[in-house]
Amino acid sequence: MTETLDGLRLSRLADDDLELLLLVRHFELKLLELYGRGELNGTTHTCLGQEYVPVALRPLLGPADHVFSNHRGHGHYLARFRDPHGLLAEIMGRQGAVCGGVGGSQHIHRDRYLSTGVQGESMPVAAGVALHLKRAEPGALACVHIGDGTWGEGAVYEALNLAALWRLPLLVVVENNGVAQSTPTASQMAGTVAGRAAAFGIPHLLVVSTDVNEIRLALEEEVARVREAGPLVVEFVTHRLGPHSKGDDARPADAVRVARDNDWYGRYAHHHPGQFHRIDDAVRAEVQAVADEVAARPLSRWEAPCA
Amino acid sequence: MRVAENLNAALHGLLDDDPTAYVLGEDILDPYGGAFKVTKGLSSRFPGRVIGTPISEGALTGVAAGLALTGNTAVAEIMFGDFVSLAFDQLCNFAAKSVSMYGGRLPLRMVVRCPTGGGRGYGPTHSQSLQKHFVGMPGLSLYEMSPFHDNRAVLAAMLERGEPCVFFEDKILYTRPMGQVDPLFLLRRDGDLAVVDIRDSAERPDCVVIAPGGMAHRVLAAMRSLLVEQEICTRLLVPSRLYPLDADALLPHLADVVVVAEESTAGGTWGSEVAHLLHARVWERLRGPVRLVHSRAAVIPTAAHLENEVLVGESTIHRAVREALRG
Repeated sequence: MTETLDGLRLSRLADDDLELLLLVRHFELKLLELYGRGELNGTTHTCLGQEYVPVALRPLLGPADHVFSNHRGHGHYLARFRDPHGLLAEIMGRQGAVCGGVGGSQHIHRDRYLSTGVQGESMPVAAGVALHLKRAEPGALACVHIGDGTWGEGAVYEALNLAALWRLPLLVVVENNGVAQSTPTASQMAGTVAGRAAAFGIPHLLVVSTDVNEIRLALEEEVARVREAGPLVVEFVTHRLGPHSKGDDARPADAVRVARDNDWYGRYAHHHPGQFHRIDDAVRAEVQAVADEVAARPLSRWEAPCA
Repeated sequence: MRVAENLNAALHGLLDDDPTAYVLGEDILDPYGGAFKVTKGLSSRFPGRVIGTPISEGALTGVAAGLALTGNTAVAEIMFGDFVSLAFDQLCNFAAKSVSMYGGRLPLRMVVRCPTGGGRGYGPTHSQSLQKHFVGMPGLSLYEMSPFHDNRAVLAAMLERGEPCVFFEDKILYTRPMGQVDPLFLLRRDGDLAVVDIRDSAERPDCVVIAPGGMAHRVLAAMRSLLVEQEICTRLLVPSRLYPLDADALLPHLADVVVVAEESTAGGTWGSEVAHLLHARVWERLRGPVRLVHSRAAVIPTAAHLENEVLVGESTIHRAVREALRG
């Protein structure tokens, strides 16, 4: 089963949703700026252009649900916890960091949220968690965010097989942004995500829309069904606006332009200018304040480095 | 009782005592009961918590980690330890890392069982001892099955650590008797360490051999021939936990000649780690460097006569002890 959602005009969002979308956007932009100034250590992967995915999913997931994120996970974390201070402190190695600054951008664990930095690795773990939920907390699910590039990993297929075989409450969210680091999807994937899901008898839903309201409406029943009936693959056709990590974007200008044309940010500003500018200015200032406050904190401490 | 029965009873005991315990692996369900029959009877008694999986070592290890992450106890069986290479990412980059990479301590109660070693003619990809590839991984502990360590207690010790453990089970041990030694020997325990001496030997041993459980019988055979043929008195030390090794616990039992024997093929061995730990502590008390005994740097052949040429046997240990004593 594959259904397609499409929507060019973005419907008006509740202020709360728009605030969250813009929080993720400005957080990511701020990170790139801080990196550019040499104020951050290591690397990061921003979800610019893909912010609407976790924002759309947010009300469909409950506190009992587990979320597994990946290297491009800031949006997933912020949608779950709205904690830009803790996340930025984690990335900057400052006090108040979610994981003491040990995990950094792509290794975060908090309550039922966990991200890891190896492609596909979380799929079997999420299957194990889903197995637990099915038995101990029926009605809860495990949601895993992966990308198009992740489908190159064998772990994905081993886990899909188990999820279908054991009818596990596993929601696989594929953010297909058309590029795996620098490799276009067409150069690394034979066939389609839909075809691969179908091979396991797992329902597949294709989401082309970037309209948060529309996506929620379309996913609500499907996600509810995961809780009772078993796995689902939801594939978002999305666009990575920024580089893979910091400054490593080798895509042709056309590809970047297509991503920019699909960006919700400009379209939403165009369709709902009053609401947009009011909130955009406020969130931008909020993120600036977060960055200033966190940067001034003392360095984080690692309480127990060794067993 | 044979070692496999002791291990089987230990798994029954774990599932009995711990309502959150799961055992999962390939072909572990009754009536088959696992390739080495270690899981026999488990699925009949605990049908919901003993789970047969597809041939997916990476995924079944990941599922075990997921169960552990949600507060359960998970024991995963890798049918042949050689295949744990397929679960290396789950162990190294997920389970072991998760214990500490999220800042605080995230306890994971999980054990990955690996039937290990050669001597049964299974050939190059079904006979290896891969312990050395897991040595030195923060958050991952390595244990080895031994005829002198009750498996229920070892399972409890592994789970108590709250971090993933790999349990290496030398396949040769499965059919050996549990806890017994020839009347020539005296077996005692000092904490985690099993200490086997020549009975009625008044003096300190000439040489101490440190070996994981899978080597125990070969070392005992060498101890017998060294005594009978050469009047050389040796002591065997068998730790249950190979990594991190409690080297200090070895110190009261050492002689000035020390040999470490293991079945791993040469290169980057567990024994070299043991030697390093001992050199740092008692170098001045040793007559010479700790001598390493391991299998040859070769694949493990299938034909019995060729396999014998590669693997450590009684005679390899016998020879090494004599050479070590000669200096």
